[in-house]
Amino acid sequence: MDFVTELTIFVLAAFVGFEVISKVPTTLHTPLMSQTNAIHGIVMLGGLIVVGYADDALEDVIGFIAIAFGTINIVGGFMVTDRMLGMFSRKEKPRPDGGEPPPDGGGTGS
Amino acid sequence: MIHPAVLEPGGDAATLLYILSFSLFILGIRRGTHPTTAKQGNLIAAVGMVVAVVTTLLLDGIGNWWLIVLGIAAGTAVGVIASIRVQMTQMPQMVAIYNGVGGGAVALISWSELRHGLSLGTGFELDTLIPILFAVVIGSVSFWGSNIAFAKLQDLIPTRPIALPGQQVLNAFLLAGILVACVVMAIDNDSPSQALFIAVLIAAGLLGNLVVLPIGGADMPVVIALLNAFTGLSAAAAGFALDNVALIVAGTLVGSSGTILTLAMATAMNRSVANILFAGFGGAPSGPAAGGEERPHRSVTAQDAAIALAYADSVVIVPGYGLAVAQAQHAVKEMADELEKRGVEVRYAIHPVAGRMPGHMNVLLAEADVPYDKLVEMDDINPEMPRTDVAVVIGANDVTNPAAKDDPDSPIAGMPIIEVAEAQQVIVIKRSLSPGFAGIDNDLFYLDKTAMLFDDAKKAAQEIASEVTDL
Repeated sequence: MDFVTELTIFVLAAFVGFEVISKVPTTLHTPLMSQTNAIHGIVMLGGLIVVGYADDALEDVIGFIAIAFGTINIVGGFMVTDRMLGMFSRKEKPRPDGGEPPPDGGGTGS
Repeated sequence: MIHPAVLEPGGDAATLLYILSFSLFILGIRRGTHPTTAKQGNLIAAVGMVVAVVTTLLLDGIGNWWLIVLGIAAGTAVGVIASIRVQMTQMPQMVAIYNGVGGGAVALISWSELRHGLSLGTGFELDTLIPILFAVVIGSVSFWGSNIAFAKLQDLIPTRPIALPGQQVLNAFLLAGILVACVVMAIDNDSPSQALFIAVLIAAGLLGNLVVLPIGGADMPVVIALLNAFTGLSAAAAGFALDNVALIVAGTLVGSSGTILTLAMATAMNRSVANILFAGFGGAPSGPAAGGEERPHRSVTAQDAAIALAYADSVVIVPGYGLAVAQAQHAVKEMADELEKRGVEVRYAIHPVAGRMPGHMNVLLAEADVPYDKLVEMDDINPEMPRTDVAVVIGANDVTNPAAKDDPDSPIAGMPIIEVAEAQQVIVIKRSLSPGFAGIDNDLFYLDKTAMLFDDAKKAAQEIASEVTDL
């Protein structure tokens, strides 16, 4: 794919992104951030590609770390977003498991 | 040559699957515009990710399977454990460290790309080399900057601004050095120096440290959002370098999201992004308010507060980060339940920067089972304030300070606030009269209509709840 085509895709994606994301209400901004964390895990694809042509141990290590980092983003990001959004969607029904135990943190209330 | 199960990199089949994948991302985010459909949207985006990963695994040239399996296994284990264990108060840290991890991955991938190109010995096209350089700089800055942000939020290092003398000059030198080195490598695009590349990797990491260290704890919502945008852009740059359309679109979506949130947070604090990044606001240790003399105020007990609340028709609760620190969200919900049993209308007024990241307070209250339709945004609640009988401020300070509206000389002049001073009565639950993050006295505390309840937020809410029950 030539550079100008890629640039076209980039610019159009930026407009789509601004359009769609500006409609996300403030209430959902934290889940949005963890979901975009997960989508950012797409860099794992880059890890998969570069590890394929790794020539030496260093490149193996670099590729391994990149794949592991990307996977953390994908798995952790989607799972924690799901957990958070579950809190928004449960409404009337009682908590099945008593929910999160309220952690006893001290601290200042200022 | 072409195995049936193997896709040609950049070929039509692979590209079509990538288009499917990023369409699912966009659909997923679109469903994320409402609390009831967002969970489904998240699943749709996750399916898009599976499509992207499987497509890539089927590409011709993918190999080194043991490393791939090991990397995916390690990443999955960490991701699963982290997402189960993390508490909702820790979400800012989690997002910060994920930004960092993502940026780090991009920086490493660019390094590997450079080494690959060097070993082929064919030189680099500039439209590949420039994205590689861009990705390594932004990726390294986000990795180190996010780690510092994480360490600050996790209280591993002091949250107050840490600045070296001449820091701005040093930052400027580093940035200039990075740019010069990148230009030198781009000019020498037949065989750019790997030593110079590693120097850029390190210098960008140093810059990431130096830029985030001087930023105070309460500015973290902006920093996290900005680093989110950076990691997104770095992924898009990696997409340009690898000619991968899924990376370009996904990275750009994340970049847009981070940019929108950064601007929203900066607007909510009435400060420019540059001011937040470079001013070290809130740097001076905020001691007692200037002058130090005690101004007259009215202090009440939990019982007095309970009576005022129980006989009100409408109550607005204004939560701040102090509520989260005191872990008071469940106690506040119980208090609100008791009031609602008596027919009091209870709503929550959410300031855009209430919490340590965009939308953080909403998640904390959702965790305590507060229905999302009771959370009202600042612009919607302010017109209702004069009709509100009692406003209860819990762990919030600067975002309620009427000086932002009334005193053009105040440091927070012009910052949008929740206009609790307009309510008929105000109850402020706070441990002391100490100033908030901006280091200035809050005139709200000294109004005739304001009653101060000096206590820990959680304890106060529990006491009010039991007093209301006994009435």
